[in-house]
Amino acid sequence: QVTVREAINQGMDEELERDEKVFLLGEEVAQYDGAYKVSRGLWKKYGDKRIIDTPISEMGFAGIAVGAAMAGLRPICEFMTFNFSMQAIDQVINSAAKTYYMSGGLQSVPIVFRGPNGASAGVAAQHSQCFAAWYGHCPGLKVVSPWNSEDAKGLIKSAIRDNNPVVVLENELMYGVPFEFSSEAQSKDFLIPIGKAKIERQGTHITLVSHSRPVGHCLEAAMVLSKEGIECEVINMRTIRPMDIETIEASVMKTNHLITVEGGWPQFGVGAEICARIMEGPAFNFLDAPAVRVTGADVPMPYAKILEDNSVPQVKDIIFAIKKTLNI
Amino acid sequence: MRKMLAAAVSRVLSGVTQKPASRVLVASCNYSKVATFPIKKCDLYRLEEGPPVTTVLTREDGLKYYRMMQTVRRMELKADQLYKQKFIRGFCHLCDGQEACCVGLEAGINPTDHVITSYRAHGLCYTRGLSVRSILSELTGRRGGCAKGKGGSMHMYVKNFYGGNGIVGAQGPLGAGVALACKYKGNKEVCLTLYGDGAANQGQIAEAHNMAALWKLPCVFICENNLYGMGTSVERAAASTDYYKRGHFLPGLKVDGMDVLGVREATKFAADYCRSGKGPIVMELQTYRYHGHSMSDPGISYRSREEVQNVRRKSDPIMLLKDRMVNSKLATIEELKEIDVEVRKEIEDAAQFATTDTEPPLEELGHHIYCDTPPFEVRGANQWIKFKSLG
Repeated sequence: QVTVREAINQGMDEELERDEKVFLLGEEVAQYDGAYKVSRGLWKKYGDKRIIDTPISEMGFAGIAVGAAMAGLRPICEFMTFNFSMQAIDQVINSAAKTYYMSGGLQSVPIVFRGPNGASAGVAAQHSQCFAAWYGHCPGLKVVSPWNSEDAKGLIKSAIRDNNPVVVLENELMYGVPFEFSSEAQSKDFLIPIGKAKIERQGTHITLVSHSRPVGHCLEAAMVLSKEGIECEVINMRTIRPMDIETIEASVMKTNHLITVEGGWPQFGVGAEICARIMEGPAFNFLDAPAVRVTGADVPMPYAKILEDNSVPQVKDIIFAIKKTLNI
Repeated sequence: MRKMLAAAVSRVLSGVTQKPASRVLVASCNYSKVATFPIKKCDLYRLEEGPPVTTVLTREDGLKYYRMMQTVRRMELKADQLYKQKFIRGFCHLCDGQEACCVGLEAGINPTDHVITSYRAHGLCYTRGLSVRSILSELTGRRGGCAKGKGGSMHMYVKNFYGGNGIVGAQGPLGAGVALACKYKGNKEVCLTLYGDGAANQGQIAEAHNMAALWKLPCVFICENNLYGMGTSVERAAASTDYYKRGHFLPGLKVDGMDVLGVREATKFAADYCRSGKGPIVMELQTYRYHGHSMSDPGISYRSREEVQNVRRKSDPIMLLKDRMVNSKLATIEELKEIDVEVRKEIEDAAQFATTDTEPPLEELGHHIYCDTPPFEVRGANQWIKFKSLG
């Protein structure tokens, strides 16, 4: 059993060992062992050259990381949370994402931006935003969103080995959650391909598509409904961009019903994009009901527990949406 | 007979020759091979010593710098013309007047060193190794452009040159990052990180200074002060216009950016400082742009015509080098004129190509989204329009 935190740690450790050009920088990643302890032990093992504590200068250190990538290194740039990446978002989009295209293929930027994304617990509005839709919007970026430990390890390793800018949206509430690790996942060359979704649970009545922590909620909802004879197919997107719409389409063509589940805000979100693409593709004709979105509430995240609980998608909200869609 | 010979020699020595311009083969004893020139002493900040106050210029280097500066000048003027003829679109920021900066910087470093700058980049694109033809074709958006027409004026790249950056100040941290890579690899290379007087007020420049100092990155921060950030003069934008001191805890020097030799010596000095592991340094180049901020700015609403003409008359960098070389007999006026003719031809040929080469093929619109990734499809303006994307 390996927690998501340990999985990310393992993935980074293995890649640091494998390739000298890989290094990690960010606030508190070295001597503090990581604000959320994700980089625990790495500074002790690799030292100041490879694990670099930065001042509180997101725009500066993100730009430094991008410059280092342009000059041939393979940086992992940690944002303590992706909320702080807004300070640096120009470097992520304009300096990293667009450069390979603008240069006509001359200048690549092999960089990873990683950190916790989305809602946590009681951290309120400025620390709870989900950036999947914002980063997923931009051509030139790859954006991944791991759910469990295998996702976390396989995706961080693929991201580090990828020669493009990759945004890895982790989830703080998942860091401490343990999962079984297959023997495959224990290998030092275990990679999960970027751009491929995974069917976590087979089903026939309805397709649930999700990313990150809500995947777990979907599986819970599926378990509850299974007792009532409703079999949900649960898809773990794993990658936001490039989106694996084919896996979703194939599933919808089988189940005829679609629900998207995400932690972020509804307008212009991941679910909105999935629905638009489903309408444009072959799966539309197989829908027996309109596609439905389950999302975070359309408010800045409130602090009081009762308000926060009702601002994120809960299992009951997913079950309600499923029953509505299936007309039960 | 002797009288005739004396007359002929005196005619040549006075610079008046009957021979056609292409045959100035008069005895090479009329040329000096080297000459020594004084350089204006640099104001120093947190430095005990600065660059030397004299320098030796060889005839060979002098001719090279002259040719390079003249090429940049003519190239920028050609870009002006092409823009007015609508062959170039969008933004076009010209650096005529600032030739001593790009040529002097290049002369002070090695080809294996690194350079990054702002959007006023055409001069450095050339000095770093891009041909005039590939620069002009990129400006006109043709497939022969150095970025295949995908980038335009602000996004030109070549080995060890990281553009061309459109966002003011973003190149500050990027350059510090390139310097970090140099230190990480232990290759004794440095990165020249240029930004303007306007960009000097960006917070991320201060962030880059801080981290470069903390980690002793081999980064030469160069503030190209041409006295105006777009239409805002330095006095109206900065509480302190001593840009060479704005690195605060970083040593700095102020350099006459109109003197190519002064820039060369200062750059050598600064690069050596960084190479020795002492950390970053700030260099302010005092220079001037003849054009407005960009092609859509006539450049005379916030400064006077007289000011511009004054600089041209007294401090033009090409004129300064020419006078030095002719007066010290490193070259004759005729041979410099010959170079002018050759440069003009090179620019004309390049412009001819740039205005007749084909545009990039539409099929390649989706290319170069990702590097080293299997081909995939990119969506066009509607769901039925698809472009293939190859890395």
